[in-house]
Amino acid sequence: MHSVWGSFKNALFLIGNFDSELLGIIILSLEVSATALFIASALAIPFGVVTAFKHFYGRGFIVTLLQTFMGLPPVVVGLFLYILLSRSGPLGFMGLLYTPSAMVLAQTILAFPIIAALSNSAIVNVDPVIRQASITLGATPFQSAVTVVKEARYGILSGMIAGLGRTMAEVGAVLIVGGNIAGYTRVMTTTIAMETDKGNFELALALGIVLLCISFLLNLVFHAFQNKGEKKSYL
Amino acid sequence: MKLTFRVMEIEKNYDGQSVLRGCSYFFENTGVYAIMGPNGCGKSTFLRICALIETPDSGKVSYFQNNEKIKTDTSLKRRISLVLPGIGVFHTTVFKNVSYGLRLRRIQKDELLNRADAALESVGLLHKRQQNALTLSSGEKQRLGLARVLAIGPDVIFLDEPTASIDVRNTEMVENIIAKMRNDHRSIIVMTTHDQAQAERLADRVLMITGGRIQGLNG
Repeated sequence: MHSVWGSFKNALFLIGNFDSELLGIIILSLEVSATALFIASALAIPFGVVTAFKHFYGRGFIVTLLQTFMGLPPVVVGLFLYILLSRSGPLGFMGLLYTPSAMVLAQTILAFPIIAALSNSAIVNVDPVIRQASITLGATPFQSAVTVVKEARYGILSGMIAGLGRTMAEVGAVLIVGGNIAGYTRVMTTTIAMETDKGNFELALALGIVLLCISFLLNLVFHAFQNKGEKKSYL
Repeated sequence: MKLTFRVMEIEKNYDGQSVLRGCSYFFENTGVYAIMGPNGCGKSTFLRICALIETPDSGKVSYFQNNEKIKTDTSLKRRISLVLPGIGVFHTTVFKNVSYGLRLRRIQKDELLNRADAALESVGLLHKRQQNALTLSSGEKQRLGLARVLAIGPDVIFLDEPTASIDVRNTEMVENIIAKMRNDHRSIIVMTTHDQAQAERLADRVLMITGGRIQGLNG
């Protein structure tokens, strides 16, 4: 029977010793999440910009849908992706199931609505006087839109950090589509779930500590950006 | 050559309520025109229509150069500027706020630096050029708004309530800046104000909007 303190001590020992298995899992997790963040941001930020500026039929519905999908259950995303990517599924020919690419795809789907909705909200909340001021100073409609997006930069960055937080902490979808294969698709969250099941608390705890530290760091950055943006309202 | 502009039979309604009912006026000389009138009479709407950032329901605004009507396009719009009551301060340094209009006009770096710094100096904000503009006081923001316009040097300048909600000291400074702009005889300056004494101090012509129509008080 492991004592809590003993497990904790061994976990710290693993971290302090730069255990190769631990490092491999951390690096893969960061690679998968960073790639997903990059792809999701590249798609979601323009989407947020368009839904903020363009007035078209169904815009309100799309924004509501985005906000709803911010709380998308990861296991449901995992399930749908599994059906799509499995050998008998419509995208089975791509051979993506149980690969890091499938995990990136799952995390991209989870991060997209968060980044798009928060980017949209950041742009919509920019004081309309900013846009008018830029026009009165000679900006074309496009230059004026760029100015508004620049004003919303802290809100957009906050959205990206929230999206990264979501992908790093997610377990259900990557477990289903990644398969938790050692050295290939095993990331921090799936390892924690598996090692806990096995009763191997040292590695699970060590990864938990690392994950918490990353999450804490992300939140610090998130709040720094939020505060920088909020200064606008009270100064 | 300087611009002049004519407002013809402007009408504007908001939610079925008529605000402007056939305003016509010819702004033909450089100098300051002060527009007065009770709250909600349509002063700001009139200014925004003249500044081409709002369209009237009927009537039109035409700009002329050498008595010839010129096309309403980006190059015309860049010769007109409006300082809004909220200013619309960009979340960056004071200097970048002032050089914004110059960068849009692709002004060369050296000239940009000179013109932005000269504009900041004329409003007394040169010592704050690297400060975040959002940290300025309301009065300083108002002066920053004027500096942004001074830097680009438009032919027609619209000032919507330039001294509303700022303290006495800043009001005096803003008035001095407007007086200096008037004395330069370079631009047509159209401002709205509630303060009759201020209108008389600064303006060459005082106009009044009542009942949705505009008329001159002193010719």
